[in-house]
Parts: sequence; structure tokens; C-alpha cells
Amino acid sequence: MLRNALKSALLGAGVAGLLLAAGGASAKTKVEEPRNGHFSFEGPFGKFDQAALQRGYKVYAEVCSSCHAMNLLFYRNLGQPGGPFFDPKHPNPNDSPYAKAISADIKVPDIDPDTGDTIQRPATPADHFRAPFPNEAAARATNGGAYPPDLSVIAKAREGGANYIFSLLSGYAPPPKGLTVPAGKYYNPYFPGDLGSFWTGPKDQVPKGGFISMPFQLTPGRVTFDDGTKSTTEQQAHDVATFLAWASEPKQEERKQTGLAVMIYLFIFTGLAYGSYRRIWRNVAH
Amino acid sequence: MSGHSNYEPKTGIERWLDARLPIIRMAYDSAIDYPTPKNLNYWWTFGGILAVCLVVQIVTGVVLAMHYVPNSDLAFNSVESIMRDVNYGWMLRYIHANGASMFFLAVYVHMARGLYYGSYKAPREVLWLLGCVIYLLMMATAFMGYVLPWGQMSYYGAVVITNLFSALDNVIPGVGTAVTTWLWGGFAVDNATLNRFFSLHYLLPFMIAGVVGLHIWALHVPGNNNPTGVSVKSKADTVPFHPYYTVKDGFAILAFMILFAWFVFFEPNALAHAENYVPANPLQTPAHIVPEWYFLPFYAMLRSVPNKLFGVIAMFGAIALLFVVPWLDTSKVRSMRYRPAARIFFAIFVVSVLVLGWCGGKEPDDVVIAIGRDAAGDPTGLSVTVFSRFFVLYYYGYFLLVLPILGLREKVLPVPDTISTPVLSHGGSALPTGATAEASKKG
Repeated sequence: MLRNALKSALLGAGVAGLLLAAGGASAKTKVEEPRNGHFSFEGPFGKFDQAALQRGYKVYAEVCSSCHAMNLLFYRNLGQPGGPFFDPKHPNPNDSPYAKAISADIKVPDIDPDTGDTIQRPATPADHFRAPFPNEAAARATNGGAYPPDLSVIAKAREGGANYIFSLLSGYAPPPKGLTVPAGKYYNPYFPGDLGSFWTGPKDQVPKGGFISMPFQLTPGRVTFDDGTKSTTEQQAHDVATFLAWASEPKQEERKQTGLAVMIYLFIFTGLAYGSYRRIWRNVAH
Repeated sequence: MSGHSNYEPKTGIERWLDARLPIIRMAYDSAIDYPTPKNLNYWWTFGGILAVCLVVQIVTGVVLAMHYVPNSDLAFNSVESIMRDVNYGWMLRYIHANGASMFFLAVYVHMARGLYYGSYKAPREVLWLLGCVIYLLMMATAFMGYVLPWGQMSYYGAVVITNLFSALDNVIPGVGTAVTTWLWGGFAVDNATLNRFFSLHYLLPFMIAGVVGLHIWALHVPGNNNPTGVSVKSKADTVPFHPYYTVKDGFAILAFMILFAWFVFFEPNALAHAENYVPANPLQTPAHIVPEWYFLPFYAMLRSVPNKLFGVIAMFGAIALLFVVPWLDTSKVRSMRYRPAARIFFAIFVVSVLVLGWCGGKEPDDVVIAIGRDAAGDPTGLSVTVFSRFFVLYYYGYFLLVLPILGLREKVLPVPDTISTPVLSHGGSALPTGATAEASKKG
């Protein structure tokens, strides 16, 4: 058996490279390219707009957080350097009056140390962001079977990052004529999917995008901004995308600033090394 | 490490130590006094760059291991916690993750240099073989390291690669399944797999370091090859390693660090996949499973063959071929500087590998050259899978046909008698395109 297998292996190897694959082009997912949000934090010198971060947090807290958890974030993160509520007067984020005030309004589950009973107590800056559901099953049960993803690293976990989030949240459109939207689903041109089997129009004009389980959320005026910024869909989507980009990588401003210093150092050092090289080799024909 | 030593212990302590453990002598002979051809160009600096890459990976990796938790429930969050809560953890992790890419970038340049200048030919076959062993260990280490963050791409990468061994079922039914179960430590990629990958990911770099020691030893016995490929004839052909090559390598290492730092600080996720920031979910297969860029050419070879077993053979065969290169090349001339025909075949080889890398990143059914359109308006024609086959064939053809046959039939240019001849006569040799750095010409 082994010999036969080897023989056929050798024979196969000879022709394998010449064989052509059967089957044509498969159905492709087509998605609308995300719009460019022109975010302030892009590029090597980019910085977060703190006001936008605060507005974005408010959008998350008042809208998104009713379904989406952010398990990797602590309330203290809000008051840390680079965070939405950082105040240089309170360098220790655990002392941040903002982080304290925000967390104090939120009840988190805990165990009573005296009785062992499950209780709800006010959160502290050291607590994780409160999760909207006790477990995945509860989340699915409330959302028609869909599981709202954790948003902690969502800007890193999606192609297009903040631009994608911005486009998705502000990009809901009425489904094109000829597209049958299943119950409990919503059409979004930026959401990856394959709409071919739901499309009754011309085969070569299948709409881009997919069906998402989350309905359009950021209606104009949904969140009232404390700084008086007009609460349009665009504005809310842009601000929450900014906040989520920060949450995905709270140290990115520090990273870019360090990088700048590292680059200056390396360029000078490399220049000196090149000068030394030229000097040491000056009398060697090579 | 070999040959005549010029070390003279100057102090009492040095003399005492030299009679007991001549470690200073060894360091002096191999890093200070070591006679090095004076015409090495910048392609030769990648050995030093690779040594730095290895040290950077080990140092950052040891510290990351202090914070990382190899548990399928905790691994993903522990990596994020390193990025958020460990002092400079983001820097450590980004250096380590991008360091793998930089390591492979440097090793590919290093290997290409060896292939172009014939650095594998006698008397350097063992040096080349040890390099191939290092490359193999690097691939295993990088693969297992990529699994550790336990994101979607980590998980499914591990599933795809470990499943390659199940192709053995086609040879002896049952063996492939048994091997994969043994590799997994269970019946699926799971916690046991993650734990052993972590253990091996920590072990292999030290094995690499050991083989690198042998690699350098095997280098210092015959000495460096050089752009002319002509052996060192006299002392006039060489300069001491220090300060001549410590400064030249040092400069190149720093220049390389600029590229490295640019990725770490400004585009740390550019070489990674967004999908790997989604925690591993065994119940949800990602739409496209793609390895890291440095494995893409081999991934393309794997997919180019419709049969799984032969695909696996094509992929591993491509690496296995490297081990026999010294015995496939029949040319007596080492450097392609004097082999105009070989140079063209080599250039096509480099392009082929790059194209295969491009193919590996595409979906197998993507159309490269459109011929028509199907009912849905999508282009039909030459698919990536079919397209990649031409380049797989060339890859194999280069090693199995070009290297053995060309060496016997090609016309070579006159080879200088000594390294110093073309150096002193300036332009007495055909310069390979872009192979010699301008700076070293002016010196």
C-alpha cells in the first residue's frame, strides 16, 4: 500500500503543477470603501482631540453600552494621560475626580464579603467597564440571536479602523429596490456580506454591503453634547469612532511621541556612524 | 576561532585566564583580528543585522513572557493587558511582533546574497547548511509565536498548519490523524496546543542562538566569501574585522533600526491582520485565513497544488531544496558578478518568489488576468491558483534545472586573480546591478 501511495505520489507530483483547478470565480463579498473621517489622531504627529473623546465616550455610555461591552477598559482609563478626562492636576488616574464621578453613577455586580450574596455596588475607577449582559447567551437572547461584539479593541480588529466605524455608523441607507432584507436584519453598504441570494435585480448589479443585526442608532440629537456641539449623525459617529480608536490603543499618542524622539536619536547616531565609517575606511582601497 | 592567533595577553590576569580558558583569545581572534575581505559590500552587513534581530527578539521575548499568560481563556487579554498596563509594554510587544518581520526581511536578503554570490559553494557548504537549519528553526519559532496572542488568525493559522500533517493519511491511513492529535495534545487546537507552543516558542530561539554560534564558527574557518567570489590570496586582500567591519556593520545596523523603529512606532499593525485582534473563536472560521507576509510564498505553493498531500510536499520541498543547493550548482565561478546568464535567471527567481508572495496574499479564486465576465458581472479568467503554478515551476526549475545545467554550459566573464585586482583597477569587473553600495566605492 505504501509503495503504491508513493508511486502515485511521484506520478501526481509530476502532473500536479500542470493541472488546472476546476471551478470558476466564486461569489465575492463586495463592500463599500470606508469614507475618510480625517481623524486628528492619524499620522506620525497625530493627537487625540480631547473634546471629541469626551463626546465619544458619552455616545458610548448612552447608546452603545446598552448592548456592547468593553471588557478591557477600566474607569480609571478615562482619567489616565491621553484619556478623555485626563487632568494634569490629577496625574494618578485612580484619583481622577472624573473617573470617580463617572464610575460612582454606575452599579457593578459584586459579592458581599460578609454574606457571600451577590450584590450591586457603585463602581470605582479600578472597576472594568460594566458589561451590559451577564453572559453571551443573555446577550444573544436580547438581540435576536446576534452577539454584540466587545468594543475594547474594535478599531484594531476591523479593516479600516476608525474610518470603518465612522462609515458604518453613519452609513445606514434604505435598502435598494429588489433587495429582500430578512427580519431582524438591516442593510448597511459598509458591512461585509454577500447579498447575491437576497437580490432580485440584475445579476451584475448586486448591491455592495451586507446585513447587520444592529439597527441604525445615531439618529440626529440622540445624544446631547455638553459642549454644545450639534448632535448630528455624522458628529456622533465621528466622535464615537474617535473614542473607540483611543480605547483600542490608549497608548498610541505616547507611542508616536516616543517614536519621534527615537527617530531623531537614530538619525543622528546613524549619521555619526556613517562619518566614522568614512573616516576609518578612508585609506583603504575597496 | 581557527587558524593562527595573534592574541598576546598583556596583563597578568589575561595570561592567567588564557592558560585556563582562552575565551579572550577566542573573542579577539573572531571579532577583532579576524581577517575579512576588504571588498564586502552592504549586502554583507545583514549577518550582523540578523544577530541584532535575534538578540532583540530574545530580550523582548523574555520580558514579554513575564507578563504573558499561556491559557486559551486568558492569552488574548493578557497580551492586551501588556499593551495597556505594563510599563512600555506596548513598545515591547510591538518590537517583538514587528521584530519577527524585520528578522525575516533581513534573513531573506541574507539568503539572496548567499545565492547571488555563491556563498554556499566549497568550502562553505556546512556554513550554508547551518544557515538553512537556522531558517527552518526561525520559521517554526515565528509560526508558534504568532499563535500565542490567540486571536482568530493565530488560532486558524495553527489549525491550518497543524492540519498539514493530516495529509500523511493519504500515505498511510491513520498516521496523519495520529500525528496531528499528538501535535495538538488533544482532538483540536486548544489549551494544550497553546501551552506547548509557548514552551517551544521559548525554547527554539535558544536553539537558534546555538546554531548561530556554529554558523559563525563555520564562517570563521574558511573566512568570508566576497563580491568577487575569489578566495583570499594574501594579507593585502583583507582588513581586520575591527574597526573596519564593526563600523560598517554598525552603520548598517543603525540604518536598519530606522526602518524597524518606523514600523514599531508609526505603523505597528501594518504587517499584521486586523482579524487577529478578534479573540480566537473555534466556532467561527474567518473568511480568509492568511499567514504572515514572510510565509506567503510558501502558502502560495501549498495552494497551487489541488491535492493536499502534494501541496504539502511542494511547500516543504521548496525549503528542502535549499539544503542541497551547494550540490546542485555546478558552476566553478562563485560570484554571479562574472556569470551574466546566471544573473538573469537569478533575477527571475527573485521576481518569482515575490510574485508567489503576492499570490499567497490573494484569494485562490481571484482573477489575475481577466478574459471574460460571468453572469454576475465578475471577471473570469486566469485565477491566482493557476497563475501561481508558473512561478512554483520556475522556483523548482531554478534549483533543479538552471543551477545544475547552466554551470556546465554558460559563458563566464574573466574572473580576477585576486580580490585586490578589481578593487585597485576600479571598474575592471562587471558590477552587478545595485549590488555594490556607492559609499564603499568612494572610501
